Amino acid sequence: MTTSGWIQITIYMVVLLLLVRPLGSYMARVYEGERSFVTPLLGPLERFLYRLGRSFGLRPDAEMEWGSYAIAVLLFNFLGFVFVFGVERLQQFLPGNPQHLTNVSPDLAFNTAVSFISNTNWQSYAGESTMSYLTQMLALTSQNFLSAATGMAVLAAVIRGFARQSASTLGNFWADVLRSVVYILLPLSVVFAILLVSQGVVQTLSAPHTVQLVQPTVDASGQTVTQQTIAVGPVASQEAIKMLGTNGGGFFNVNSAHPFENPTPLTNFLELLAILLIPAALCYTFGSMVKDTRKGWAILAAMVAMFVILLGVTVWAEQTGNPSMAALGVDTAPGDLQAGGNMEGKEVRFGITNSALWATATTAASSGSVNSMHDSFMPLGGMVPMWLMQLGEVVFGGAGSGLYGMLAFVIIAVFVAGLIVGRTPEYLGKKIEAYEMKMASIMVLVPVVVVLIGAAIAVVIPAGVRAVSNPGAHGFSEILYAFSSAGNNNGSAFAGLGSNNFFYNLALGLAMLFGRYWSAIPALAIAGSLVRKKKAPEGAGTLPAQGPLFVIWLISVVVIVGALSFFPALALGPIVEHLQLR
Amino acid sequence: MRKNRQQARFEKGLLKRALWDSLLLLDPRKMVRNPVMFVVEVSAVLTTGLWIQALAGQGEAKSSFIGAVSIWLWFTLLFANFSQAVAEGRGRARANALRSTRQDTEAKKLRQPNRESPYETVPASMLHKGDMVLVEAGDLIPGDGEIVEGVASVDESAVTGESAPVIRESGGDRNGVTGGTRVLSDWLIVRIVSGAGEGFLDQMIALVEGAKRKKTPNEIALNILLAAFTIVFLVVCATLLPFSIFSTQASGAGSPVTITVLVALLVCLIPTTIGGLLPAIGISGMERLIRRNVIAMSGRAVEAAGDVDVLLLDKTGTMTLGNRRAVDFVPLSSVALSELAETSLLASLADETPEGRSIVSLAREKYGIVGGEDQGQLKSHGPEGMRFIPFTAHSRMSGVDAGGVSIRKGAADAIESYVRAQGQSVPEEVHTVVENIARGGGTPLVVARNGQVLGVIHLKDVVKTGIRERFIQLRKMGIKTVMITGDNPLTAAAIAAEAGVDDFLAQVTPESKLRLIREVQAEGRLVAMTGDGTNDAPALAQADVAVAMHTGTHPAREAANMIDLDSNPTKLIEIVETGKQLLMTRGALTTFSIANDVSKYFAIVPAAFAATYPALGALNILRLSTPENAILSAVIFNALIIVFLIPLALRGVPYRPVGAARLLRDNILIYGLGGVVVPFIGIKLIDMLLSLLERV
Repeated sequence: MTTSGWIQITIYMVVLLLLVRPLGSYMARVYEGERSFVTPLLGPLERFLYRLGRSFGLRPDAEMEWGSYAIAVLLFNFLGFVFVFGVERLQQFLPGNPQHLTNVSPDLAFNTAVSFISNTNWQSYAGESTMSYLTQMLALTSQNFLSAATGMAVLAAVIRGFARQSASTLGNFWADVLRSVVYILLPLSVVFAILLVSQGVVQTLSAPHTVQLVQPTVDASGQTVTQQTIAVGPVASQEAIKMLGTNGGGFFNVNSAHPFENPTPLTNFLELLAILLIPAALCYTFGSMVKDTRKGWAILAAMVAMFVILLGVTVWAEQTGNPSMAALGVDTAPGDLQAGGNMEGKEVRFGITNSALWATATTAASSGSVNSMHDSFMPLGGMVPMWLMQLGEVVFGGAGSGLYGMLAFVIIAVFVAGLIVGRTPEYLGKKIEAYEMKMASIMVLVPVVVVLIGAAIAVVIPAGVRAVSNPGAHGFSEILYAFSSAGNNNGSAFAGLGSNNFFYNLALGLAMLFGRYWSAIPALAIAGSLVRKKKAPEGAGTLPAQGPLFVIWLISVVVIVGALSFFPALALGPIVEHLQLR
Repeated sequence: MRKNRQQARFEKGLLKRALWDSLLLLDPRKMVRNPVMFVVEVSAVLTTGLWIQALAGQGEAKSSFIGAVSIWLWFTLLFANFSQAVAEGRGRARANALRSTRQDTEAKKLRQPNRESPYETVPASMLHKGDMVLVEAGDLIPGDGEIVEGVASVDESAVTGESAPVIRESGGDRNGVTGGTRVLSDWLIVRIVSGAGEGFLDQMIALVEGAKRKKTPNEIALNILLAAFTIVFLVVCATLLPFSIFSTQASGAGSPVTITVLVALLVCLIPTTIGGLLPAIGISGMERLIRRNVIAMSGRAVEAAGDVDVLLLDKTGTMTLGNRRAVDFVPLSSVALSELAETSLLASLADETPEGRSIVSLAREKYGIVGGEDQGQLKSHGPEGMRFIPFTAHSRMSGVDAGGVSIRKGAADAIESYVRAQGQSVPEEVHTVVENIARGGGTPLVVARNGQVLGVIHLKDVVKTGIRERFIQLRKMGIKTVMITGDNPLTAAAIAAEAGVDDFLAQVTPESKLRLIREVQAEGRLVAMTGDGTNDAPALAQADVAVAMHTGTHPAREAANMIDLDSNPTKLIEIVETGKQLLMTRGALTTFSIANDVSKYFAIVPAAFAATYPALGALNILRLSTPENAILSAVIFNALIIVFLIPLALRGVPYRPVGAARLLRDNILIYGLGGVVVPFIGIKLIDMLLSLLERV
């Protein structure tokens, strides 16, 4: 790795970790309903929305048991689905469509609606040529806020399950969603969007610009092209929440590789920071709310360790480059004039390190935004993002969903470790029993099953195989990547897979639904069971669920489960690709 | 030597039966209780079918290969069943042996309910409700009952923890006696009200027999985890077939992976090691308890024992010897020390109670008083004119009359009234001394000669040797000890400090004991206690782990979830260790089992796809000879490791009181890292052996 690469990664990690505590403790205050410095400013908005909710018969002050909380989550997301689906299907007749785009096809509208309510943001479409401004703003951007807020609300409820004792309720879903939006996502997005605009990210409602090409060119069919359409739109407002809410659904097809989404090194740094910011800070929120910050730091340490090691692999794989290029006598060494390594599919403005860093961060968190094309990464460089998703999106993961997913692994880790030290396993003083194990197992199991079975179906049916544009092992990687991304609600695409067809829209849509709700609902069920239990005080015989040993143990459990579940599949994809290159 | 041979024959018989049992356990109806092994059985049936197909000439692979795989899958099952059968057999044998050899309390069963009636000596376990028994000084009362006739002083310390003897007499509300308590003086005729509880042994046998054994909550939780792993691996192996079909098309080489290989991979991946040994671990935990003469009423109780945070221990019997010892003579200011020592010695020569003996030895050893022969001799051939006055429940003092001198020793108030009756007065100084001794945790015994008080003997509870170290161990295990005593707080504090317990509860009543347990439980802690008295029953019922002494009363045994046949209250510590071992063995083998999978992937994946992607041969880091041998080696290792780990499953992972953090580190290193490394070596060795056999 180059010196400049080291420096950039170090700065990134340091700034990220410095922000964890202030933001984390602020979010803890928000979910505990305490006042903070923004209350005078945003309190009126919150109260207004409460009043609005009451007029719809919602009671944002009534405590909910886990079942009603789960029903509220499902209801809220279902309404979101209906709304997004409706807007997509009717956009032709709605205003805010200066390009006069037609209605979105039913299967794509289904896929996209599921994708945005589940915080996946898998995009089987090119934004600038499929979605009207109104659809982008009203349907997609609003779901960017609400799906992230849903994940954070579920997490808040799960944390209360650990924090409270001998209780039965986990808080109120409507209040939690509202607070997530009003006090966390909205203010951060406003500030961030203004920063982005200042750097040149576009924000306009005017129609795309048509300009004369300086040098005419010839298209695939031999026609001379003299004009270019430059797509613009309300980008900055969507970009901010796209990065902060681990959404990742870009305004443009090429996502953050597009200069209007990500124009400068500064925006690249800030957007990278925004990917991991909330998932990382939520670890501190967890520690703070359960009154044991060591637990939160331990989980964050496990995430950071896995992230840094896997980041190292990606950077190494990309910087080392393709041996067959070297065999042809091409100079792939980094120097003053070139980034070196494997630059295929990467923006020259970002180079190896920032592309690899983004690819790792966007798949560690369930963002799925890209600033380079993962399909063109080296086999191992592309395997890391795929495997990070296959781990269950628990290395940072989605806003809220990453941490409650990780807590399922914590429960399994604590269970086995508890047995090893000869005690009925407990975490934060709560006994881990059969019910918790059942739910944690479902949370770990379902994404694995969804990914493998989805990919297995796709590789044998003609509709699945036909979409593959690369032959051989790489084609297999493309299919596996797509289902890993959808089943774990990441949303990034390997590219190279023509996924906008009935089969993939349906299959990936279902994978996203399974992945999201078979994780959120069991997580709430665990909280509902734990909240009733008493907290046993810690003693010398209690397993210490913090400290280096526990962190290593937790990492081992996550890695072993991920490796054992996907090793054979990865062997037939990126691993064999890598071995064939040598 | 003879015993060894007997033992060997016993073990041989046991193993023979276990072999037969492991075949019987193949019954799918029994197998389905264990999801992991059930999958193995289905796999074995499937590969056997494929083998038959191959023998008929239509196989998907060489019939010898499919045959070898299917045979080893059956072996995997048999090995797992064998471990369970051995554990069951040992447990059953242990319980039977216990039943046949158990030494019972002897009871003098009367024909008629009067003292002169002839009696026959029968074991206490043969007594029935309504039987009349005679109990004389020195006898253990054989069972719970009511006194029909007689009055006696009874040492109920084994039941109540109170070391001072109590008076029991017919009629009124002091006519109840408890089995296991000892009559110290006089005699009683007792009508037995409840039969002995030998039925517990039958319950225990049921617990070690797999079919009737209920899974404990922890076992259920672990089974869920293992089932989850099994499902994951089922999906991994099942999807590998389409993946393989796609890959062969993509590479244009090789043929799709065979069902045999997928089944072999599946059985290697699912946690068969822990799944196969899980029943044996649970059963052998029970068996270890029986070996320590503890009968558990449920597996749940044994597991809970491992979680205990607070131990309530009775002072008497657990922490102190049941009897007190003389440690000091305190003469009144007008009396010489030697005079008091000599007088005390004389008064105690015929006193055969441990207290009496301790007075004699203190006088001899510490104060060098000579005179008096061996007590036994004295009693029978005492000097002319010497008349010993034994302790009775009525007088509550003992002594000697010789040559016109009359010596008495006894409780302060008893001596006081005796002195007053002689027309003498008690000096004020006596009260001060008596109070001082009581405050320091001792029991004062006042000595008087010819109606004049000479001084006081200081009796003290003796803390058992080694108990302090036990408590230090417990503290390292994270367990808090609380001493329970009927003594006053001052006495209790002194003894608590000496024994090194964390806390004490003095002047206990059944209510205060119960309250303490509830308070501790409200903090979320688990409480263990031992007890044997009827008044312990509510507390025993409330405690999470309740061990009743076998000598205890019927209600106490009913309320408890374990019974200690040795009636040894320190046993609780061993029970806690057994509970912890049980969980640790499960945790360690689960870790080992899952860690094993890493090496199996490296053996099987390159072998399975060698034809499709020769480049994957780079993953064959063990350099295994052929694809068939590689897969077979993994399957064989997977079966053999069960056999190798049977001793560990039966013995349990050793528990050391070093604190949770170190235990975790050490066991992860041994079973986690070991679990990754060991199979690499094992599979390589088996592969070398296989290729050697092929060449021969």
